[in-house]
Amino acid sequence: MRHLRQLEDQSVYIFREAYKHFDNLGMLWSMGKDSTVLLWLARKAFFGHVPFPLLHVDTSYKIPSMIEYRDRLAREWRLNLVVGQNKQALAEGMNHERGRVECCTALKTNGLKLLLEEKGYTGIILGVRADEESTRAKERYFSPRDKNNDWDFRDQPPELWDQFKTSFPPNTHIRIHPLLDWTEINIWEYIKLENIPFMDLYLNRGDGTRYRSLGCAPCTFPIKSTASTVDEIIEELRATKVAERAGRAQDEGRGMELLRKDGYM
Amino acid sequence: MATCKTDAPETVDVRDRMNIVIVGSVDHGKSTLLGRLYADTGTLPEGKVEKIQAICKQQGKEFEYAFLFDAFLEEQQQGVTIDTARTFFQWAGRQYIIIDAPGHKEFLKNMISGAARAEAALLLIDALEGVKDQSKRHGLLLSMLGVKQVTVVVNKMDLVDYSRETFALIEKEYRAFLSQLDVTPQFVIPASAKRGDNIATPSPQMAWHTGPTVLESLAQFSSESEQAEQPLRFPLQDVYKFDARRILTGRIASGRLKVGDQVVFSPSNKSAIVQTLEAFNVDPPPTQAQAGQSLGITLDEQIFVERGEIVSHEGSLPLVSTTFRANLFWLGRRPLDMEKSYLVRLATHEVECRVAAIHRIVDADNLSLDQQQTNTVVRRNEVADVTIQAKAPLAFDLYTDFETTGRFVLVDDYDVSGGGIITEMVADREETLRIEARQRDFAWITGDVTLADRAKHYGHRAALVLLIGPDTTGKTFLAKKMESMLVAEGRHVYMLDPENLRRGLDADLQEGDAREMIRRYGEVARLLIDTGVLLISTTNSFTPSTGLRTNLPADQVVEAIRTLVHPAPVLTVYMSQETTPSSIEADLSFTGPEDFTRTAHDVLAALKQKGILAETIGNQPVFQFSI
Repeated sequence: MRHLRQLEDQSVYIFREAYKHFDNLGMLWSMGKDSTVLLWLARKAFFGHVPFPLLHVDTSYKIPSMIEYRDRLAREWRLNLVVGQNKQALAEGMNHERGRVECCTALKTNGLKLLLEEKGYTGIILGVRADEESTRAKERYFSPRDKNNDWDFRDQPPELWDQFKTSFPPNTHIRIHPLLDWTEINIWEYIKLENIPFMDLYLNRGDGTRYRSLGCAPCTFPIKSTASTVDEIIEELRATKVAERAGRAQDEGRGMELLRKDGYM
Repeated sequence: MATCKTDAPETVDVRDRMNIVIVGSVDHGKSTLLGRLYADTGTLPEGKVEKIQAICKQQGKEFEYAFLFDAFLEEQQQGVTIDTARTFFQWAGRQYIIIDAPGHKEFLKNMISGAARAEAALLLIDALEGVKDQSKRHGLLLSMLGVKQVTVVVNKMDLVDYSRETFALIEKEYRAFLSQLDVTPQFVIPASAKRGDNIATPSPQMAWHTGPTVLESLAQFSSESEQAEQPLRFPLQDVYKFDARRILTGRIASGRLKVGDQVVFSPSNKSAIVQTLEAFNVDPPPTQAQAGQSLGITLDEQIFVERGEIVSHEGSLPLVSTTFRANLFWLGRRPLDMEKSYLVRLATHEVECRVAAIHRIVDADNLSLDQQQTNTVVRRNEVADVTIQAKAPLAFDLYTDFETTGRFVLVDDYDVSGGGIITEMVADREETLRIEARQRDFAWITGDVTLADRAKHYGHRAALVLLIGPDTTGKTFLAKKMESMLVAEGRHVYMLDPENLRRGLDADLQEGDAREMIRRYGEVARLLIDTGVLLISTTNSFTPSTGLRTNLPADQVVEAIRTLVHPAPVLTVYMSQETTPSSIEADLSFTGPEDFTRTAHDVLAALKQKGILAETIGNQPVFQFSI
């Protein structure tokens, strides 16, 4: 348990630095387990309040129960929810059959870009974790993006002693990653420790499958699993050697490096 | 919606967690060691080795364990780690984040970013190449970054036929180097990451090595922090008022804090009693906290304190000065510039500063302090012994005493461009007055009415408006005008002319005793400010322009007064007849004003903008709690 409190203390510190330094701050919320832990940590940092809007980039292809869960928590926790969507790409019929990377780029990367342009956010909090995927392993807690949203991974700012990059030229923004040091198991351990409500898509509900990672319905696949409680999930994850995002189709090949360089989450 | 059952049995078997960095010169095999460690302990995702092997075969190159973690295409193509990767590894009840730091000199800032997060380090040396400049530089940086637990791995032993003699020579040389930095390695391990010797399993080729394998050595690093046993340092991060509670937040850098503690804020010298510790979803609420914890506290009275102050107990205060000496590693694209203004960030305090002196370049080959040097240009990736002078006093400690409050970064424009550890406090000109103010503040006896109560009642904060500049520019006229206007509004204002002190309080002083005159003036101002008054004053008696007055430059006079009334806000207004710019910096400047009513209005507007004066009387002024 001590290791979870250490992770919590660091994340809370990052949240408070972000809130202090960014006037126009927003937090991405995909309703998945990570960004829901992120939301919980925000409530920890601000003593039950969430003093910035939660942004959901809606691809329109999400699993319907995710949207119900989103609206319910937004109501109960009095969240300021902002939903963005690349309406033009959807009107032109964008879907995963035109290519997964193309679809992610249009609906998520560009959907986020449009939302940033419209609202002028200078700091965006995201729930990415270093253990998910190898380019995320190289991220900073405070990671700058240029005016095209591009990530210059060749020249990242130094980050030492919790002194983060909090000043930046106009028309650029900073991605803030409070969960960078958390593992998938830590997320579940913390959900259990704090009794955080999560979506039951993550549990086996009798058919011998569960979702390990949630995204758009056409590109996210359940895994075979008998885990129907958080404890069973933790137990299963301790034993598994299958990567967490194995059920996420856009990760194949160099998909994530290319997507993230151009501003994907 | 699902929730987990709270009565479920405790299945968490992770004892603790630890961040470990792997450093060393380029090509000494860091990524290979990391890959090997994961592969030999079976902690890689299924199919990862096979996948990389297949890619290698397809591209016609030999498989290397390093490819497992060099994520970027460029890294794999060039066979060089560009940026630090965090990898996760669980072994024997401890969760490790292993940080693979790039060894190439060009990516030193990435190495530093990686190492600064670590509690312990594996430092690799190539057995064939021996101790390189970069091996020493990394050793030096580790000690500056506060990584005190180090295990040295002499890698590539297969290339020197597992020679015990070669190993012994390298061990001796490097131990001698580390001892100059007061670092004693926990272990020095001969290994071959490529062949797996002494990584996860003992090497049959080096039966002479009786120490642990690299894997075993990890468990020997201690994750117990001694910081909780040190005196309290709690840098204030922010002040929140989301609901009825006014919560002061921060992360305890060292020591312990509990409900009922009398605490002191430095550099403001305010003190109060901790009333509650605040936390979300914790029942019952905590009553104490210790080093490492992010927390919120409420106080027994509403004092004005700001981000950047350091909370401590009265018995063990941090140092306070504008000036300190430090070892600085420089990462800026341009050399360190003594003409330039930087921002120093120390814990949560941010203040403008400049580099007052560059004493010497600290070379990894030349660690002793007695060497004479003429070269004082500090370039990227160099370490220098410097004196930093900030524009306002800050609270800090020596690095040897306190880690978090003994180090700082310098920010150039938008970028963190250097980091340093404080080696010495330099007493600045105001040191004596600052100590006087500190002792006087602690001993000050007050009634039950707080400054906040007075501010609410009067519609303004207690503050000092100082009118400075040459004679006959209308300073006194303006002061009188503002006093009348403010009193007409119902504010609590007083015009204090320093001349009034000369005839009475200063009657025993000689004309040349300028410092004492200023000290007495400052103490009178402090006393009046404590009554909640907005004090308007000129500095005519102290400036050098006429006969019997002092010969102190105006900026020194202002600084001395500021120190004595600290932390009350001081607004400086510079008045002159000429358009030539003044040598001293003021909050507001006016040149030969003709319409004094308008000038007075401008000053009042500035007071409102700074949150000193409320818009209308009776309203609680909008105070800026943060910088």
